[in-house]
Amino acid sequence: MIGKSVPRVDAYEKVTGRAKFTDDLMPPRCLVAKVLHATIGNGIVTSIDTSEAEKMEGVVKVVTFHDVPDHCYPTPGHPWSVEPAHQDVADRNLLTGRVRYYGDDIAAVIAEDEIIASRALKKIKVEYEEYPVEIHPRKSMYGSRPPIHFDKKDNVLARSNYFIGDVDKGMEEAETVVKGTYKTPIVQHCHIEAPISYAYMEKGRIVVVTSTQIPHIVRRVIGQALGIPWGRVRVIKPYIGGGFGNKQDVLYEPLNAFLTTQVGGRPVKMDISREETFCNTRTRHSIEFDLAAGVDKEGRLLAKDMHSYSNQGAYASHGHAIAANGLTSWRLQYACPNIRGEAYTIYTNTPVGGAMRGYGIPQVCFAIESFMDDVAHAIHMDPLEFRRKNLIQGYYADAYLKPIAANTNGIFECLKKGADYIHWDEKRKEYAQQTGDVRRGVGMALFSYKTGVWPISLEIAGARLSLNQDGSVQLTLGATEIGQGADTVFSQMVAETLQTDMEHVHIQTVQDTDVAPFDTGAYASRQSFVTGTAVRHCAEILRDKILAYAKTLLPEIDTTELELRDNWIWAGGEQAISLAALAEESYYSLTNSSVLTAEVSEQVKKNTIATGCCFAEVEVDIKLGKIKILHIINVHDSGKLLNPQLAEMQVHGGMSMGMGYGISEQLILDEKTGRPLNGNLLDYKLMTMLDTPDIKADFVEMEDPMGPYGNKALGEPPAIPCAPAIRNAVLHATGISFHEIPLTPQRLIDEFQKEGLL
Amino acid sequence: MKKEKVLVQCIVNGEEVAEYVDPRESLLDMLRNHLGLTSVKKGCEVGECGACTVIVNGETIDSCIYLAVWAEGKHIRTLEGLEKNGELTRIQEAFIEEGAIQCGFCTPGFVMSATVLLEQGKELTREEIKKKMSGNLCRCTGYQNIVNAVEKVMHENAGKAEEK
Amino acid sequence: MYDIEKYYNAKTVSEAVTLLKEHPDARIISGGSDVLIKIREGRMAGTSLVAIRDIPEIKGIEKKENGDIYIGAGTVFSHITADPVIQKYIPVLGEAVDQVGGPQIRNIGTIGGNICNGAVSADSVPTVFSYNSLLHIANEEGGRIVPVREFYLGPGRVDLHPGEVLTHVVIPHAEYEGYHGHYIKYSMRNAMDIATLSCSVVSKVNIGEQVLEDVRITFGVAAPVPYRCTETEELLKGQKLGEELYRKLENSIRSEIHPRDSWRASKAFRLQIGGEIARRALIRTVELAEEEQGGEHA
Repeated sequence: MIGKSVPRVDAYEKVTGRAKFTDDLMPPRCLVAKVLHATIGNGIVTSIDTSEAEKMEGVVKVVTFHDVPDHCYPTPGHPWSVEPAHQDVADRNLLTGRVRYYGDDIAAVIAEDEIIASRALKKIKVEYEEYPVEIHPRKSMYGSRPPIHFDKKDNVLARSNYFIGDVDKGMEEAETVVKGTYKTPIVQHCHIEAPISYAYMEKGRIVVVTSTQIPHIVRRVIGQALGIPWGRVRVIKPYIGGGFGNKQDVLYEPLNAFLTTQVGGRPVKMDISREETFCNTRTRHSIEFDLAAGVDKEGRLLAKDMHSYSNQGAYASHGHAIAANGLTSWRLQYACPNIRGEAYTIYTNTPVGGAMRGYGIPQVCFAIESFMDDVAHAIHMDPLEFRRKNLIQGYYADAYLKPIAANTNGIFECLKKGADYIHWDEKRKEYAQQTGDVRRGVGMALFSYKTGVWPISLEIAGARLSLNQDGSVQLTLGATEIGQGADTVFSQMVAETLQTDMEHVHIQTVQDTDVAPFDTGAYASRQSFVTGTAVRHCAEILRDKILAYAKTLLPEIDTTELELRDNWIWAGGEQAISLAALAEESYYSLTNSSVLTAEVSEQVKKNTIATGCCFAEVEVDIKLGKIKILHIINVHDSGKLLNPQLAEMQVHGGMSMGMGYGISEQLILDEKTGRPLNGNLLDYKLMTMLDTPDIKADFVEMEDPMGPYGNKALGEPPAIPCAPAIRNAVLHATGISFHEIPLTPQRLIDEFQKEGLL
Repeated sequence: MKKEKVLVQCIVNGEEVAEYVDPRESLLDMLRNHLGLTSVKKGCEVGECGACTVIVNGETIDSCIYLAVWAEGKHIRTLEGLEKNGELTRIQEAFIEEGAIQCGFCTPGFVMSATVLLEQGKELTREEIKKKMSGNLCRCTGYQNIVNAVEKVMHENAGKAEEK
Repeated sequence: MYDIEKYYNAKTVSEAVTLLKEHPDARIISGGSDVLIKIREGRMAGTSLVAIRDIPEIKGIEKKENGDIYIGAGTVFSHITADPVIQKYIPVLGEAVDQVGGPQIRNIGTIGGNICNGAVSADSVPTVFSYNSLLHIANEEGGRIVPVREFYLGPGRVDLHPGEVLTHVVIPHAEYEGYHGHYIKYSMRNAMDIATLSCSVVSKVNIGEQVLEDVRITFGVAAPVPYRCTETEELLKGQKLGEELYRKLENSIRSEIHPRDSWRASKAFRLQIGGEIARRALIRTVELAEEEQGGEHA
């Protein structure tokens, strides 16, 4: 079953509209809660008057920051740490009177319907004392009065650094030293289902049904936020309409849980609008990178230096983990004896940066891969040749974080496939000397990506299998299907290990923390690797139990010969007993009944590096400032493909996100207030079908020894390399190095005018 | 406005429907909350994403920016009306075959847009298909396999037409 | 659910006029793609509405005996694009409104709404301007006719008084006969977008003489209201076709339009694009004339 393009297990439910998402399960007469957002970018609430709102017919309750617990809690979808030094930064309250960004949550109204709630919000009178707003991290890091958070006087959430070799000496010895500054925009996940949840109480416990990637983490954080035992919280995750990392954070679920407690446990829903999703949930961090590199006469890297500045926004969320991930990436993949890296994560008065597909790597990859092209350009070397000269072939390991390593490394094969597809050598020559108004170019970029979070953070997964009466099996996981196809590949894994077919594996798609084994959820491209390890182990235990039980049913047969295959127990190549007959016995035997189940909860101390590249051919209409992507391909080494069709689908979606990152997407903030100016799907330029070129996905398959089925990370990587590949293709076409994405028409025209192309 | 109700009579998925709705409700509200047709998804509430696409008198509309009272006398189709006794339409099958479904939230809207397009019986280029389907946003698929699914059924239909 | 105070549904134009007189605070709703969004945003929350979407007399397109083309204000964009009269005589209008939003929006949005909401980015409007269209407005006093060029009073403000309803957009025969038009919408996406800048050029070309006999150029988003570039038009009329003409056009446009700086695009950017799209649109109209007149010669 592994390696086959079996159809998604949830395809029928989704194509008929039967799949139930959170909003589809809403109980009747559910109360509606809406949040009052601050209309200043920085300051404090000096007074709040809710009396008019409370008098309105249909308003059930108004709560303000005065009414919520005083203590702070963390929100990121990280496993909790038992070591206080590694615990996430707790800097949030359910509601706040200290406004840290435009739109901060001050109060909430619970009403009988959404119109009453909206009207009530307008009746709340708020007075503020305003502080100066700072949206730029490289200014904010020199401190503000008062600081954004009182315990970080300089507004620096965290800084980290490392040294390998002697960078200064390496630069001195270099034939050529190149420097550059690169900047990435704030972007948003734009899952088509906005965050939504509802909460109610049952038997003294709080139940929250929510569109999340991380139900078990949501449970813990609600417990922390409300200051109640975690067992008093139950979280249910139905089908979810995309997450991409935004729902790898605990968003409004704790407030929703708190609000139901304020109305006697009646169901309360929080349906987050699209505009709130942009402003008040999470975004991808904007990061600025100062890079320098020295190369020798042959074009070999002698020294590399990176200093990065990540815009955290108003609250820590995933915080420094994102910038730190990029910093780690700087020392991987390219051979270089002297490397220095430093990263700052800085609070500003802007919407909060959190997890988003690629977790800091799309940012750093844009910087590194643009820079590598600029270095190659400076020394008049073909950028592909420059990379081949400097990339590590075969195995390499990270200098600090053990056991992170490229246990298999298909990057050279990936580059070959990509270059062949785009006709690299011919087109580099053909497009070398263009002068017209419409010019073409080819560019490429590559990346590396870890699989899961070990050893930076805990990796743990749980799986439960039970044999049904008919010989089929029931698979229950804490890992979540969020559209990526996890349920399908987990089912394939079980079918593979039990040597059965897909029809005999039933997977529970809804995670309920009362039922689902503990697993931290969908993020870090971890599930097929980490949860997959648990699933394989669990299936092996069940298989062994089945065979052991068969032994009791077949005392006459030499046990060493028993084998499970095709829903039969085989002995010496002969069918001995059907799995269905065995299963029925296990349930109902009057002498020997014991339902066969297996459950594992497994810590996984493995990590392995996936890799890949993007090649793009573009056409630039110089007078209109427009880029047209003519051809684009991603080639991935993600180990063995569990389901080639699903893998290809992941690549398509990631590439679309990467292309948007490169040419159109950015959340634009007002300089004075930090308010998003384009926080809706009209003004935020997510690519439509008509903007999207045909996308090509290809793979290099190598069985990775760490992966449970030879597999490694695939979910996030496709989103990483497209933006720099497009940027480098534009460099090839026009001779102009862009240092900031997205390459919008405005940015192109500005630069073309400056450089005399217009 | 006080909670006055207005009777709306229309045909939904081939069945006559008579519902008392609040005139402030959208067709999306009516289909989801009154009739339980939850394939109709809410993604943006302002006609920018197409997740709530339904067919009214043979044309696709965003049901979020269409008042329920406007449904009076209309023929409305939602995704629930396509499948008959477990049998999918060809475009639904093609979505599965071509891998056009990921999270599934935008899927109902896309299937409805594709359904109207295919029922028009024209054979279009990929670029034309993209234009006709561009009112639906998807963040998972990069649209590639959705276009493939529509194109596949369009070609099949054209082939059938030639045979006749 | 929308925060609407009262909802009235007019079945005839005169009923609409009466309802609007009786309820001066009520707003007209046609397709809804603009008004409902403003209600949700809060800008029109709590408003009352008079719906004019069930009025048959303001729907559809008709070519009168005198050759004038009447477009009902309640005609939706997709029906305009598909209409045989439009396709035959004013294809540019069908192409222009085929660039509004996405297919679903084009199935509900009406040309009357597009004109009356006063947005400078409206995709139908530059072309309606370039054809010197007349707007037929109904009111209690028996109605009036306003040239579209006089209809826009300022940003978001149009010459429609309380109790008035736009019923038809009329393109007079003399204004389209012998002319070819081309519309370019410059936006950041190819669908689901509003214009950053837009330009509709309508020209009358004598291919035999290689002369531009008449030209009308209208921009969207280049000024607070849709903007006819009359200075440039005068400069170009009667000139020989060719690169010199197009260069003159580009330069003149850049000095005549007055786009502003905004977060969506800078003024300098819009000036660059403005000259270029006007040029490309004019060249396209000349090509269309060549195709037609070349066909006649053959």
